[in-house]
Amino acid sequence: MQIYLPIAEVSVNAFLLLGLGGLVGILSGMFGVGGGFLLTPLLFFVGIPPTVAVATGANQIVASSFSGVLAHLRRKTVDLRMGTVLLAGGLVGAAIGVVVFNYLKSLGQVDLLVTLCYVLFLGIVGALMFVESLRAIRRSRAAGGVPAPKRRQRNWVHTMPFKMRFRTSGLYISVIPPLIVSILVGVLVAIMGVGGGFIMVPAMIYILGMPTKVVVGTSLFQIIFVTGFTTLLHATTNYTVDMVLAVLLLIGGVIGAQIGTGIGVRMKAEQLRVLLALLVLAVCGKLALDLLLQPSELYSIGPTGGR
Amino acid sequence: MRILVALLLLCTTLPLPLRAEEVVLGLSRNRVAITTNFDGSEILIFGAVKREEPLQAEPLEVVVTVAGPSEHVTVRRKDRRAGIWLNSAAVEIDAAPSFYAVATSAPMRDALLAIEDLRHRVSIPRAIRSVGAPAEVGDAQLFTRALIRIREESGLYQTLEGAVQFREQTLFNASIALPANLTEGAYATRIFLTRGGEVVAQYETVIEVDKVGLERFLYTLSREQPLIYGLLSLAIAILAGWGASAAFRLLRQS
Repeated sequence: MQIYLPIAEVSVNAFLLLGLGGLVGILSGMFGVGGGFLLTPLLFFVGIPPTVAVATGANQIVASSFSGVLAHLRRKTVDLRMGTVLLAGGLVGAAIGVVVFNYLKSLGQVDLLVTLCYVLFLGIVGALMFVESLRAIRRSRAAGGVPAPKRRQRNWVHTMPFKMRFRTSGLYISVIPPLIVSILVGVLVAIMGVGGGFIMVPAMIYILGMPTKVVVGTSLFQIIFVTGFTTLLHATTNYTVDMVLAVLLLIGGVIGAQIGTGIGVRMKAEQLRVLLALLVLAVCGKLALDLLLQPSELYSIGPTGGR
Repeated sequence: MRILVALLLLCTTLPLPLRAEEVVLGLSRNRVAITTNFDGSEILIFGAVKREEPLQAEPLEVVVTVAGPSEHVTVRRKDRRAGIWLNSAAVEIDAAPSFYAVATSAPMRDALLAIEDLRHRVSIPRAIRSVGAPAEVGDAQLFTRALIRIREESGLYQTLEGAVQFREQTLFNASIALPANLTEGAYATRIFLTRGGEVVAQYETVIEVDKVGLERFLYTLSREQPLIYGLLSLAIAILAGWGASAAFRLLRQS
């Protein structure tokens, strides 16, 4: 069944979109990521214009992370105070990101920037995760699953001024590092149309030293607001949020997420992470090949800005 | 002197009643509605030649064009820089129709002389208006050709030689396929009667292509009330997220 998308102005098969939403939903349920980093490139492949894919992707993430954060609130694993600090930085970052995005759009380089961001971040995150999870599998085989001893890190994060107490996380640290991290992630959110969870989560664990059990909920909490803000900015400045597209992806995604959670429960954490890492690297490789190989069509048509 | 000029003007502007052959036209539809399940459309253009004089020895040919609204587009070319393929040179094309189909009853060069093509902007390269390319782009022609090639591949530009059926020098019909990725606007439809490649009669009409219903509502809202549109998108997303969470909690409990 073909559906004409009013904003993207293309006609796409509705079941294909439902399937895409479902597939990404399954993966996000399995691995606990927003799935935006997969969804946006997949939308490019289907033929949705990149600007619409980025803006609508942000809208779709609002829904999946809201669904997720409700579950975490019930389990009281959301650090609202840390979330608010991250949120403040994230909003500033998102505003900067949309300005950068619009500037590059006028230069005609927005596709390149988005693709480069993807290759860079997917490559780094995928490689780190792959190495880390392989090491974890080897360790669990050798030592029979004894967890490594944990110690409280005291690094440069703890020497900065403007300290604040974050009770849920059990932290007493400066507000500067969370602000910097969240501004950077906010910029990426606006440019890449992703929630930024796959960068935010490692940053919260390794840089801020937050306990793992509150990280996912807190990250989701601030992602809702940052992606929501990004959606609004794209809707009012670029007119590129496609509601029909978003609804189709939502329906697929919501159902997929629940199936994915079921699959995820039955698999081992290390195996899951190796699979996720391979998936991330595969998407990264495909995008990198597009940049490095000679494209079959050298020319592209774009509307002229400022109509 | 003034009277002379007026007379001259009269002579040049009033050849219409003297015209021996005229087009009488019918359209299968003069309005195309883009609905939610729009999947392309086909327009049947049919008509007849009305003549007051006996048939002439040299045969008539029919040329039909359908043109979507013109837009200002930028064509960009990728070049290899530092091992990466990225957009470098760009040429702005002042007016390129978003859709263009030209159908003829005979091969193009028999149906229309080059000079008439130039005057009436009939063939695809003539329908695109490109004034100046930046000085640093030497081969601006390649960009126009690329625009035509890309749009021909996606069915937006069509040259249908011999696609007009012309019976007994009187009745003609042609069907034009409109692709699914259509933009809305007034689609100018022109019919030319030619003899020996020269245009002897011309007829113009308009086919309206509009988004209707939900498509219309959402598009207008997104342009005129972007803030409300954005908030509505967010509200749908949050409702869907809450709904999914609530529904699956119920499922798990039962």
